[in-house]
Amino acid sequence: MSKLGNLGARLHRGEVGYDFVGNRKIWYGISILITITAILGLTVRGLNMGIEFQGGAAFTTPKGMSASVSQAEKYAEDASGHDAVVQKLGDGSLRIQIAGIDTDKSDSIKKQLSKDLNVDSESIAADLVGPSWGDQVANKAWEGLAIFMVLVVIYLAIAFEWRMALAALVALIHDITITIGIYALVGFEVTPGTVIGLLTILGYSLYDTVVVFDSLKEQTKDITKQTRWTYSDIANRSINGTLVRSINTTVVALLPVAALLFIGGGFLGAGVLNDISLSLFVGLAAGAYSSIFIATPLVADLKEAEPQIKALKKRVLAKRAQAAAQGEPAESPAANVSDDDYDDEPEDAAAVVGPRTQPASRNRGRGRPSGKRR
Amino acid sequence: MAAPKRGRSASAQSKPWRSLALILIAIVALTGGMFASGHSTPRLGIDLAGGTSITLRAVAQPGEESSINKTNMDTAVDIMNRRVNGLGVSEAEVQTQGSKNIIVNIPKGTNSDEARQQVGTTAKLYFRPVLATEASTGAATTSPSPSASGSASSSPSSSPSSKASASSSKTGSATPTATATSQGRAASDALKADASSSASPSASASATPSASSSAAASAAAAKLEAQYTALDCTKKASQNVGKNAKAEDATVACGQVSGVWYKYVLGPAAVDGTDVKKAAAVLNTTTAAGWQVTMDFTGKGGSKFATITGELAKNTAPQNEFGIVLDGQVVSSPSVSSSITGGSAEISGSFTQEEAQSLANMLSYGALPLTFKTDSVTTVTAALGGEQLHAGLIAGAIGLALVVIYLLIFYRGLSVIAIPSLLVSAILTYVIMALLGPGIGFALNLPAVCGAIVAIGITADSFIVFFERIRDEIREGRSLRPSVERAWPRARRTILVSDFVSFLAAAVLFIVTVGKVQGFAFTLGLTTVLDVVVVFLFTKPLMTILARRKFFSDGHKWSGIDPKALGAKPPLRRTRRPAGSAAGPVDPKEA
Repeated sequence: MSKLGNLGARLHRGEVGYDFVGNRKIWYGISILITITAILGLTVRGLNMGIEFQGGAAFTTPKGMSASVSQAEKYAEDASGHDAVVQKLGDGSLRIQIAGIDTDKSDSIKKQLSKDLNVDSESIAADLVGPSWGDQVANKAWEGLAIFMVLVVIYLAIAFEWRMALAALVALIHDITITIGIYALVGFEVTPGTVIGLLTILGYSLYDTVVVFDSLKEQTKDITKQTRWTYSDIANRSINGTLVRSINTTVVALLPVAALLFIGGGFLGAGVLNDISLSLFVGLAAGAYSSIFIATPLVADLKEAEPQIKALKKRVLAKRAQAAAQGEPAESPAANVSDDDYDDEPEDAAAVVGPRTQPASRNRGRGRPSGKRR
Repeated sequence: MAAPKRGRSASAQSKPWRSLALILIAIVALTGGMFASGHSTPRLGIDLAGGTSITLRAVAQPGEESSINKTNMDTAVDIMNRRVNGLGVSEAEVQTQGSKNIIVNIPKGTNSDEARQQVGTTAKLYFRPVLATEASTGAATTSPSPSASGSASSSPSSSPSSKASASSSKTGSATPTATATSQGRAASDALKADASSSASPSASASATPSASSSAAASAAAAKLEAQYTALDCTKKASQNVGKNAKAEDATVACGQVSGVWYKYVLGPAAVDGTDVKKAAAVLNTTTAAGWQVTMDFTGKGGSKFATITGELAKNTAPQNEFGIVLDGQVVSSPSVSSSITGGSAEISGSFTQEEAQSLANMLSYGALPLTFKTDSVTTVTAALGGEQLHAGLIAGAIGLALVVIYLLIFYRGLSVIAIPSLLVSAILTYVIMALLGPGIGFALNLPAVCGAIVAIGITADSFIVFFERIRDEIREGRSLRPSVERAWPRARRTILVSDFVSFLAAAVLFIVTVGKVQGFAFTLGLTTVLDVVVVFLFTKPLMTILARRKFFSDGHKWSGIDPKALGAKPPLRRTRRPAGSAAGPVDPKEA
């Protein structure tokens, strides 16, 4: 089996496991740091808003242009009287962006450019945008974002509980902040395509979080009826239990996006494909990170503020302390001892990585397979 | 879909063949439908096929913000359709988007500049008194005047409202009249008269212009006369000469009737387009007058109209006509025989139904208190569009291939299920997109392609959730078939919950946003729904069936569910043991 499969098995058996919840302070700290950097980047550097948001024109010439970038820049500036930004794309075509001109003027500029560059004006693709269009797209996007957040919080509060909804929301905002921050810091151009990508992250980031929460909800169904695990322990186990899935999902989601990014960049240089996939790429990575390191630990924190769960934690810790005092392991050793070394639970209470089945169900002896065993 | 829907979840549970048959029938039916409808490829958007896409935003006049509503927008779309398709564009499409945008998509091969000019400008409708007119045929000095017989169509009308008869501009058999110069003089005279008497039609003759204003008026009139003489309406460049004329100024204008261009000198606007409450084309069955256009005026408009018609009726042709001027072009110039009071009027003539409706539309449009601003114009050359499509397809193929390779490496034998599931998803997506083209006017654009590519991940994730659940069960020491049945309900819930969130995002985006975002949201939503369908009706049944095969149930090394490779526990006999073993606290870091 592949290494990841083995990792899955070892995670499953509890041989490996990272204490996500126990180390949450570190990850909170890192996230806060990233978020502050992102906000700083946003305020200091600002976003590099594309033509679509400022109003202006972008012309794309046919491929295989002989004119150089600086030449084209000069032509464009002469024709428009405004500053022009010219990029040479992968296939040798030129993308000429001129901000601040209105849609009426662009026709004459296009004609002038086609004369200067010696190409047929019909073969120049043009994107003319009034200053309010980009704003409208962005405003609508924010509106959509707000509505989506409200609906999703309501939905998660019903399907799960409000703490999870809140944690998911925090994770979501976290992802968006990071993505926007990276755009500000690196200086990627923000276009409507970017906004589309950003909006998709919403769905994806939540998708990931929801899967972890689903497992968490299942495992904590009867949590107060046992005294072996605290909520954090089980939350941690949920993350570890779905880790392979999270890795797989993220890889599978990133592969097509990476293809899109590569093709968008390699073939077209710039454009909608590239813009969408770039923000998706950044956002997906942030989303996978936040659902594991932020959302679930946050739920654990919120949950353990609850009196019931708090009492449970107290009981569990007391029991562990008692077991430690008696100098005997809390649990009998596992069936195949040869696999692992075991520490006594009390010595390592914070870093417990649990078994994969539900504690409550295990004792009932349910689910014994009736089929063939190997 | 022809396939029955009953027993869906039950069949997924117990009768896997039935679900498989169901989805295969659905695929065959849809594919058959696709070929039968003759649309075997999805309709491509402007950015992939090449062409021009114009986005217009409605701007309401101050104080009339509520006028941006569906009815008005639909009328505007009708008018714009007429204007764009009047250019000989066969497949231009005009549609509203969101609450206040209109998108005009013009396929390649059309003069996009002209199209933009047509849709991007503010449409203004005025009723202006005609001061002079003649056919404009370039060199023609003795052309037939369009307004020679003003009463050509004054058929008796039994309607209570007074009646404006359509001008004879339609009667081609007009008598030849004076030369351009004499006409020009007449126009100039008329203008002078107009400046003093009807500069403000509502104020009528009671206005007493000061000497200076009259002097200015005559200077303007002289200028206008020169303009009129020089005007050649057969030249494209000069056809929109009247476009920028202010409402309160006299102007020259062109108009085309039955394929012949006429030029006009028009007085200041007497009635505004916004004074028209509504207009409609009706078939007058009582008098056999054929198709007519009825107009209802607002209170203010009605009195203005009464004043101007009262004045015009006193004149002789062509000065008893008023020009209905839309966007600086005369669309009709009916003559008036008496003052029309009562706030409503009819225009009759030898209209066809189409002409009448078109005129009614234009009159209604003029009544819209909306102007349209060009928000964005995207021109994509056919070459660039093809390239973008190409790049999108390559990206999709590479993305799909990468996912397939990953699944092969990681899930080995299980890819026998995963890969066909992805293919079924892809086929369904393609076919439905192709069918939605003619169905609801769906056009595949670049963001939609992106949405589809991104959806590969979402679809594959459903299998991953399911497979991981099965593997978990196998690690518990179960054999395959019970594992599948136990894993399914839990995986199903996770898939439904996460797909719901994804669908919610798509739905909200689709409803709220505008432009490119919408196409993207649509594909995302569509593929999310298809994901659920495929997982329920294809992946799960196939898994159930294959779980019976020896290759899988024995956990072959390459099956992807080899218990040994997954690190399953050996079978355990004692009930107490698993609790103990499983609960063993383990921390390899400490070990």
